[in-house]
Amino acid sequence: MDHIRNFSIIAHIDHGKSTLADRLIQAAGLVNERDFRDQILDTMDIERERGITIKSQAISLPYVDKQGRSFELNLIDTPGHVDFSYEVSRALASCEGVLLLVDAAQGVEAQTVANAYAAMEHDLEIIPVINKIDLPSADIERVKEEIEIELGLDSDQAILCSAKEGTGIRDVLEAIVTVIPPPSGPVEKPLQALIFDAHYDPFRGTIVSCRLFSGSVRAGDRIRLMHNRATYKAEEVGLFRLNREPKKELSAGEVGYIISGIKTVSDVRIGDTITLEGNAAQAPLPGFKEIKPVVFASIYPVASDDYRSLADALEKYKLNDAALIFQKDSSAALGLGFRCGFLGLLHLEIVQERLEREYGQSLIMTSPTVQYRFLLSNGEEIIVDNPVYYPDPSTIVKAMEPFIRASIMIPERYMGAVMDLCLERRGVNAQFNYPTPGRIEIRFDMPLAEVIYDFYDSLKTVTQGYGSFDYELLDYRESDLVKLNILLNGEKVDALSQIVFRDSARPRALNACQKLKQEIPRHMFKIAIQGAIGSTVIARSTISPFRKDVTAKCYGGDITRKRKLLEKQKKGKKRMKMVGSVAIPQSAFVAVLKTDKKGS
Amino acid sequence: MSPGVYVHIPFCRSKCPYCGFYSVPSKRPVPIWFEGIKKEIRLYKGLFGRFDSLYLGGGTPTFLDDAILSCLTDHLFAHFDFTADREFTIEANPCDLSAEKIRLLKELGINRVNVGIQSFDDGALAFLGRRHTGREAENSLKRLRRLGFRNIGVDLIYGLPGQTLEHWEGTLNQALLFQPEHISCYELTLEEQTVFGRLQEKGEMHGLSEEDGRAFFLAAAKRLGEAGYVHYEVSNYARTEAFCCRHNSKYWNRSPYLGLGPSAHSFDGTERWWNVRSVRHYGALLKRGSPPIQARETLTKEQIRLESLALGFRTSQGVALTRMALEPRSTEMLSTLKTAGLLKLKDGRVVPTEEGFLVADSLPLCFFP
Ligand SMILES: Nc1nc2c(ncn2[C@@H]2O[C@H](COP(=O)(O)OP(=O)(O)O)[C@@H](O)[C@H]2O)c(=O)[nH]1
Ligand code: SF4
Ligand SMILES: [Mg+2]
Repeated sequence: MDHIRNFSIIAHIDHGKSTLADRLIQAAGLVNERDFRDQILDTMDIERERGITIKSQAISLPYVDKQGRSFELNLIDTPGHVDFSYEVSRALASCEGVLLLVDAAQGVEAQTVANAYAAMEHDLEIIPVINKIDLPSADIERVKEEIEIELGLDSDQAILCSAKEGTGIRDVLEAIVTVIPPPSGPVEKPLQALIFDAHYDPFRGTIVSCRLFSGSVRAGDRIRLMHNRATYKAEEVGLFRLNREPKKELSAGEVGYIISGIKTVSDVRIGDTITLEGNAAQAPLPGFKEIKPVVFASIYPVASDDYRSLADALEKYKLNDAALIFQKDSSAALGLGFRCGFLGLLHLEIVQERLEREYGQSLIMTSPTVQYRFLLSNGEEIIVDNPVYYPDPSTIVKAMEPFIRASIMIPERYMGAVMDLCLERRGVNAQFNYPTPGRIEIRFDMPLAEVIYDFYDSLKTVTQGYGSFDYELLDYRESDLVKLNILLNGEKVDALSQIVFRDSARPRALNACQKLKQEIPRHMFKIAIQGAIGSTVIARSTISPFRKDVTAKCYGGDITRKRKLLEKQKKGKKRMKMVGSVAIPQSAFVAVLKTDKKGS
Repeated sequence: MSPGVYVHIPFCRSKCPYCGFYSVPSKRPVPIWFEGIKKEIRLYKGLFGRFDSLYLGGGTPTFLDDAILSCLTDHLFAHFDFTADREFTIEANPCDLSAEKIRLLKELGINRVNVGIQSFDDGALAFLGRRHTGREAENSLKRLRRLGFRNIGVDLIYGLPGQTLEHWEGTLNQALLFQPEHISCYELTLEEQTVFGRLQEKGEMHGLSEEDGRAFFLAAAKRLGEAGYVHYEVSNYARTEAFCCRHNSKYWNRSPYLGLGPSAHSFDGTERWWNVRSVRHYGALLKRGSPPIQARETLTKEQIRLESLALGFRTSQGVALTRMALEPRSTEMLSTLKTAGLLKLKDGRVVPTEEGFLVADSLPLCFFP
């Protein structure tokens, strides 16, 4: 076991995690120059495009150190976003150490801090790595200071590298074998393997990624998922190279995969423990949590006839994303669709984008919302994650909404603007840290609903891109909520309703009216847009009609040309949703949640 | 409904800078065309039944030499069957309408002349690249009347750059002095592949704004309405119902028509087809004995409904309620459009108002999902 090292790279987004992983893979000689492509571990288009790792990946890298000893380095790449913090925690639980990557020009950011703390919670060895030293704007001394003060790590140990140019990679590898301890774990004890990820393979079913903490598993063994209480036969076990490499046996300390005829990834739960049926472990490994969605929205096919096709696409998509939950839903305005739960806004966007791109769906997604709790006068407490089910206001005794602890790191000069933004977003309990001169960390308790409402973009705008943001869920707190309805020509559009904080209702309503006015094309008749609470209209706007489009000319007997033009328009119209007589473009449903950016 | 015949005569003295129709500014290919037409007429002999309208359009039919024009009509009457009360229209250019020409038209049995007046203002006419003057326009109309034509149509264009509403009303008033049986008012549209179209692409010319387009359109509707004309199609007015153009109405109410000549379109009630555009191609195909057809199509039910609505909403006939195939959503739409003053119900038909005419391009799609 001495020859094994299990590690992960953690970093704020764009600090170079994927690039460094590429270099390590190259250094291990797993790919030749010809086959090399950037960001090897980010296999999905969407990951490459957005530069965000969405799913965990593992790869075993052979390495021979300076003294000639052979090692097996297991790199577990973690998703780089708070939406996936539970997956990150399970990946970290599978490691003995991490490379904490910091951009030499940007310095320590919000996710650097959050990730470093997470690594500390898991008692991991942390190797600070300062990347991008090739940049002219690199300020190594300042970054070292931040690492010392903000993270309390010994910056003398920091390794300098440029993942882009390949300098310092050898030092990184040496540090991995010298600083990070080898795994320990009794091979003779019953099997305990931690599932840190699962992928769906159309030919083999679910491929479970796991870290063995004790015992061993062979192909042919009957295994048991301890939390799920399900048993399977292990068909194949092995290591992750660039492709899967079958092995006779995986044993304590190792990271690898198990294929056992599990159909969908939803049949396994990240964080569950695998043991042997015949020789079961006493207890599962600690830290298992049911992942629960925190953001909810409905999706509908643009054309109602595509409902079946959407249902199929969701089923298929779900095979590879256990975090998405969905159930049938129907809306008066949008017809049949699905109510979905997501881990966060990024997860929501990813699901939407992949359904559209990889599964060819045309979707309308309604305003995302959080899960509210209401205590009713009959003593019942209900959970509402869909404005449609907002209870009768006269029966509400107490309303509660989820709060988060937000952490924002910014250059000091943006402090005023960010404070304003946070206070406007109902931030309370402000705390300030001054990690290094010129930088500031602001912490706020804030309703999750405010984060959903265009917070990232607003923060980016007011900080000109220099602000970084991270959050964790705190608790539910009492709140004063109302349901905001949107009416088009007097007809309530259920899919546009929102649950909002009472004092924000008017600005929200005004914004929605404005946005809809921009998004809905002019019709042949006037469209009145209203925002209302109950029967009280609190905001309105109107779209004036177009009053001429006819071509008053002669086209003789050529009816075909005219008809073809109309057929083309008819197709375009299929991408609109009809609410009464009003055609609403897809974009309008998302636009109501965007604010007009202030700042420069 | 009886079918009609259209003959496309694609020759003009010169090409007008706004015109997107297929025509060549020369008489040289006339023989090729004429040989073709004669063969094409034979191809369709007996296939369409009795025609009750004949329309010589272009191009500029009156630009043809007298001998060819007579020969053409002889051929048509020799091979096709026409009703006694047939409407026989020719499109004419004012400068071609000499007394002799008009007499010839009468002799040929033409009973309706549609004159491309466009304007009575020399400046406007020069801008439009027309070869006649305002005076010639007036004289041609007087001459037609004097020599006995009882069914005269005039084409007028509005929306020239810089044109005022008063100027347009002046044009209408001048036309009304002649009490034409039919008036067509066309908006100057800047079409691709025309001189004006290219100027628009370069940003040197602009079409009418929505507001101005409305104002000109409504001014015509008002003025001609006051003068007692029936606004029976978006661009067309008749002095009485009887003078609605029988031939053109076939296009709008989906009656059959046979189109002869390059780029002409035909419809037999089920199938639509259209000819190749170029005179040479047209001539060559017919010489070989092949029909000069570019393409054909048979419409689906859905396409037929779309056409019926698109065409119907351009006319004062509107669309029969039964044809609308209303389901709950479109019934709701109909009531919205009625409230908005765009459609009304009349004798079991859904009929556009003047405001409805103005949005006739969007009305049909309101009734499709
Ligand atoms: N100049 C420079 N750029 C780098 C270096 N490492 C990564 N980058 C660039 O930084 C950006 C983000 O890198 P990536 O590896 O995708 O970051 P990740 O989001 O942490 O995975 C990319 O444009 C990389 O090319 C480096 O050492 N020097
Ligand atoms: S407008 Fe008439 S005369 Fe002018 S080019 Fe076109 S068809 Fe010929
Ligand atoms: Mg990355």
